Amino acid sequence: MATIDLDRLIKRYGHTTVVHGIDLSVRDGEFVVLVGPSGCGKSTTLRMIAGLEEISGGEIRIDGRVINDLEPKDRNIAMVFQNYAIYPHVTVAENIAFGLYRSNLSKSEKRQRVEQAAETLGLSQLLDRRPSALSGGQRQRVAIGRAMVRDPAAFLFDEPLSNLDAQLRTQMRIEIKRLHHRLGTTSVFVTHDQVEAMTMADRIVVMRDGKILQVGTPLELYENPVDVFTARFIGSPTMNLLPASLRDGGADLSLGGSVQVPPATATTADILVGARPQDLVPSSQGVPGLTVSGTVAVVETLGSETLVHIEGAGQTIIGSAPGRQIPRIGEHLTLHAPAERLYYFDKATEKALAAR
Amino acid sequence: MKAAASPPGLVMPHIRPGRILAWTLLFIGGVIMVTPLLFMLSTSLKDASQVYDLRVIPETPTLDNYIEILGDGRFTRWLVNSTIVAVIVTLSNVFFDSLVGYTLAKFRFRGRYVVFIAILSTLMIPTEMLVLPWYLMASQFGWIDSYWGIMFPGMMTAFGTFLMKQFFEGVPDDFLEAARIDGLNEFTIWWKIAMPLVTPALSALAIFTFLGNWTAFFWPLIVTTSAELYTLPVGLSSFAVEQSIQWEKIMTGASIATLPTLIIFLFLQRYIVRGVMLAGLKG
Repeated sequence: MATIDLDRLIKRYGHTTVVHGIDLSVRDGEFVVLVGPSGCGKSTTLRMIAGLEEISGGEIRIDGRVINDLEPKDRNIAMVFQNYAIYPHVTVAENIAFGLYRSNLSKSEKRQRVEQAAETLGLSQLLDRRPSALSGGQRQRVAIGRAMVRDPAAFLFDEPLSNLDAQLRTQMRIEIKRLHHRLGTTSVFVTHDQVEAMTMADRIVVMRDGKILQVGTPLELYENPVDVFTARFIGSPTMNLLPASLRDGGADLSLGGSVQVPPATATTADILVGARPQDLVPSSQGVPGLTVSGTVAVVETLGSETLVHIEGAGQTIIGSAPGRQIPRIGEHLTLHAPAERLYYFDKATEKALAAR
Repeated sequence: MKAAASPPGLVMPHIRPGRILAWTLLFIGGVIMVTPLLFMLSTSLKDASQVYDLRVIPETPTLDNYIEILGDGRFTRWLVNSTIVAVIVTLSNVFFDSLVGYTLAKFRFRGRYVVFIAILSTLMIPTEMLVLPWYLMASQFGWIDSYWGIMFPGMMTAFGTFLMKQFFEGVPDDFLEAARIDGLNEFTIWWKIAMPLVTPALSALAIFTFLGNWTAFFWPLIVTTSAELYTLPVGLSSFAVEQSIQWEKIMTGASIATLPTLIIFLFLQRYIVRGVMLAGLKG
């Protein structure tokens, strides 16, 4: 187990900077997820921690020790790759044993460790098979086995679930989470999937263009996004953002109607009012908040809830209705979100206005 | 495979004219290639008096030529020489070509491209032009009339390096990086992880190199002077020079010399085809 500290970490390829001096502290035993769109520098950051990419500036420390110039093998970390990277020419047992390549354990101890890891991951029956005879999920488990057999200081996961189908992905997500609870090993997990980030992370690091936008627990990010990007990235479906202009004590929505806005620090009159689809429900306007009306254009029935896309004043707004209450397409519908569930952003800077 | 083209229930498959043409051409090609081989075999089973009798099946077949040739110490010596040369050169190529090919494919270093182009450009120089510098080199270092003299020009080839580089480029970096994290050193990663992943290419390279050296004639003829160091093709040609042309002996020797080639082809042909096909895809 270990702490990982990134201190003004920079990565340049020639004249292009892809990671712009990021700072991050991963606590002992923590499960941190780096999330962001492709090209945001999350994988590069992970590969720098692993030692697979050279560091152009700054420092990486594991347990307080600077590891900038250490070879990957000397960092005592294990990594799970997106395409598993298990060796096709050797058996499952030999693959897992590669994790112990440098250990001084005796042959029988090694075999015991391999069997232990295999049992934890439900691979005991498959030890003599070749990877070609395994399913995608089993292959990923072998890769995890190879990582955990060594008992490393930290696990690094580089989008390990993106090659799996939806059902398997959900299953592996739970397995990895369970494994983390059991082993308590510090883990850094890279993904572009916000659902993975939300469901697995102790803390999420949102990255964009080689910079960290926000670090926080899943709920912190959901409740208090610092800017429009994080607000839209976290949560599914994405947050509705409605342009509005500030006036005394409130704001006029450009699609009609108005909302009360708490005292804020906006420097401009143009703001964006955000409402999550889950908060925007068909109801009467009893309580203060946001009210929008429009024609129902699309209805997505999910069973537990129904997502309703309404069109009004040239903008599509997504709201949600209870599972059994399915609006008809073409119907006129009014959606309402209470004031305390609304988000406010400066339209020009896209930064959040005042904490909610 | 093409059954889908014919409606279900139809017993007689539709034979397309293209297919008939293809089979005909293949048949003609087969005949052209097999006929000399048959004549070689048939001549090896004739005695000297029947050599110019062009019947494929000899009137009185005899194994005397084989008994005589295999009993001739010189022939077995040449067989051993050829085996030594072909095996060592093949091992050397498999090792060094793939080592260099791997380095060029998987490491980023200054001048990598220049090195690669330099290696490739040697492919454009015909052997006939290289023989003179080889000979000068061999004579200056005292390698004339030695095993090393026969082998040194072929210990590494540009073709093999190129072939292996192309294949190693297809090996995903993740494998190598996973191994790096597991603690394997760079040489072990190449040997234990990368090499097994390019087995088809290695087999193809080994087969081509072995066959090329087994049948090599020009350079061994130039660099060897004593009969004890002749390789099989050079030795066989001496049957034609020293004691008039003894066709039946030459054909017997050739038949024996062809045997390893045939065996290798029969057992490893699927690797050759796979290697060549993959090489084509990746090139």
